[in-house]
Amino acid sequence: MNETPLPLWASESFWKKTAIWVTAGSFLILVVLTFDSLSQTSAGGKRVPAYSVINKKIDYQYKEELHKFMPVIGETELLFGKEYTEEEARQLVDLGKKTTQAKNCMNCHTLLGNGAYYAPDLTKAWLDKGWISKDVREDMMVKFLMDPEKNARTFGSNRKMPNLKITEQEAKGVVAFLKWMSSIDTNGFPYNFKTINAEE
Amino acid sequence: MNTSGLNGVMQNATALGEKSRACLNTFKAWVQLDSSNLSPGQQLSVKYFIVAVILFFAQILFGMLAATQFIFPGFLYEILDFSVNRMIHINAMIVWMLYGFIGCVYWFLEDESGTDIVGLKLGNLAFWVLTGAVTVVVLVYLLVQIGPGKDSSLWLINEGREYIEAPRWADIGIVVVMLIFFYNVVATFSKGKWSGIAGVLTLDLVALAGLYVAGMFYMTNITHEQYWWWWVIHLWVEATWEVLVGVIMAWSLMKLLGVRRKIIQTWLYIEVALMFGSGILGLGHHYFWIGTPEYWLTIGGFFSALEPIPLVAMVVHAVYDSGAHAFKNGNHPALAWIIAQAFGNFFGAGVWGFMHTLPQINMFTHGTQWSASHGHLAFFGAYATINIAFFYLAIQHWRGDVWMGGNSQNAWRWKWALGLLNGGVVGMTIALLIAGYEQSFIERAVEGSTWGGYFAAQNHPSFQSAMNWRWFFGLITFAGLILLIWDLLTIGKGETRKAPIIPVEE
Repeated sequence: MNETPLPLWASESFWKKTAIWVTAGSFLILVVLTFDSLSQTSAGGKRVPAYSVINKKIDYQYKEELHKFMPVIGETELLFGKEYTEEEARQLVDLGKKTTQAKNCMNCHTLLGNGAYYAPDLTKAWLDKGWISKDVREDMMVKFLMDPEKNARTFGSNRKMPNLKITEQEAKGVVAFLKWMSSIDTNGFPYNFKTINAEE
Repeated sequence: MNTSGLNGVMQNATALGEKSRACLNTFKAWVQLDSSNLSPGQQLSVKYFIVAVILFFAQILFGMLAATQFIFPGFLYEILDFSVNRMIHINAMIVWMLYGFIGCVYWFLEDESGTDIVGLKLGNLAFWVLTGAVTVVVLVYLLVQIGPGKDSSLWLINEGREYIEAPRWADIGIVVVMLIFFYNVVATFSKGKWSGIAGVLTLDLVALAGLYVAGMFYMTNITHEQYWWWWVIHLWVEATWEVLVGVIMAWSLMKLLGVRRKIIQTWLYIEVALMFGSGILGLGHHYFWIGTPEYWLTIGGFFSALEPIPLVAMVVHAVYDSGAHAFKNGNHPALAWIIAQAFGNFFGAGVWGFMHTLPQINMFTHGTQWSASHGHLAFFGAYATINIAFFYLAIQHWRGDVWMGGNSQNAWRWKWALGLLNGGVVGMTIALLIAGYEQSFIERAVEGSTWGGYFAAQNHPSFQSAMNWRWFFGLITFAGLILLIWDLLTIGKGETRKAPIIPVEE
């Protein structure tokens, strides 16, 4: 077969080199950005607060100048009436986080919007108006987690969380984890969320 | 201990063993497959395909249970809760697709390298180890389900992370099995001959296996944890899996239609450049709302918006080659599924992904049924289809390269299976999209994503009717799958015409 030589842009070797350079270049950029993102999001930074933030009041408000909703960390507001050191707070949040994984929460709920869609998002669960008032919130959350069937909150949907045999300590850990998670700067997601602190 | 009781048990067990052996023999006599038609590598490959089909069945079965719970929340409550069914639904999917891909590679490895598979025994051992591990993991999911909030639960029961729930011990097993698979691929090409397809495949498998390790660590900081979790999920399904499918598709088009290798490989490189060029930084579209810096809104939005481009290229590739060869081929169901792949991948991964990938829209669609709609069409369109195409290639060869066409005996079965499966998945996709729109409006935009807002959206009649339609189309999909399995077991039985041999163009 008489073939005229292919122009460079249609040749196999040109595209082979392009594929290698594009892949390597993109991956390199990703690695650099990963280092930056991880350092900007380690606990204790501006975007992801230290675990001892569970000792503080947390709110979520619209910031006019930024055009988005931002977490607002306020004065002291103890969790379960106790002031935790950084290490104690880390341990409690860690127990809560581990419990959410061991109980497979993510296959009904979403966390930071990721997971399954059978039950509500947990990103700002600590701030949700569903807990009625700040005075009863902690107690209600722990009781609900330990026996969700008896304390069912179905919002008229007939969907009930099953009993996952969560112990009291684990339930407290989960509440601490949720309180800490609600303080993470999520770039304004969810939008227009009215917290339990908001005036009616 | 009561020995007579023990004897009774032993006798029953022996009787059961004999009975199942007899059943298996009857089944073998019925399917009439002659394994001497297969090379040793292909014999290993079909083992992977058989387990893939069984897991595909499990995927749809547990999907139906979960879909039923959306309509009747009391169904199997505290027996098999939604979380369990949904976990098995998505895990069975990931694992069957991986089984399918490994099967595909073992299928063409000897042909492409021109030599025998180097570590065939090791490959067989790895198959049994993996299958044993998968069985144990599923049994633990079903019977144990959850554990206390301790490391031991994550090591032994379930890691509680969507898509990669497998406990840590199984993670390590998966990595070992993948390394054996990788060794077989590299060693076989090294012994035989390398090609463009071989090179892309090898580098892709390095990335695929390496990325899995990124998801094997526990972290308290959920932002870090989800950061790495997406490395696995996104860089698998939106980068390395896509390239793997490109490789499989390249080899299939060469064999099915006789497309020239030079054209195939040039296209493959173009696809790799576009796929990795958009997909690697496209990862950023998962970093909008998990606590990561704002620059991801720009980077993720921009690069993920480019992700459909390689998929357009793949459609052009498949359709052009089919047209240029006047659809002349000896395996019509396989070609039909390859065309379904090209379009399914483009619409499911490309269009449905693009629709909600920009941050301004994603702010309202994130964490709603939009993702489920996209997920259903994309996983089916991009990955289920190519595996099914390969199942047909495999069964044809297993039957002794008989003709499989639109006019074969009982061809209605593969045609109806094709129609029901595609129609069922498209129907579910549309139903879930309607549900997603409704959630975006009511839960997110109007109600501001509170729990009250979530349930206001879930209780809305338009959401509930969407869930009913999803269930109905799930059933259609299920019917299609049953027909597909029946067809795969019987197609070509009694066919005497040989499939024409399609020469590869010079």
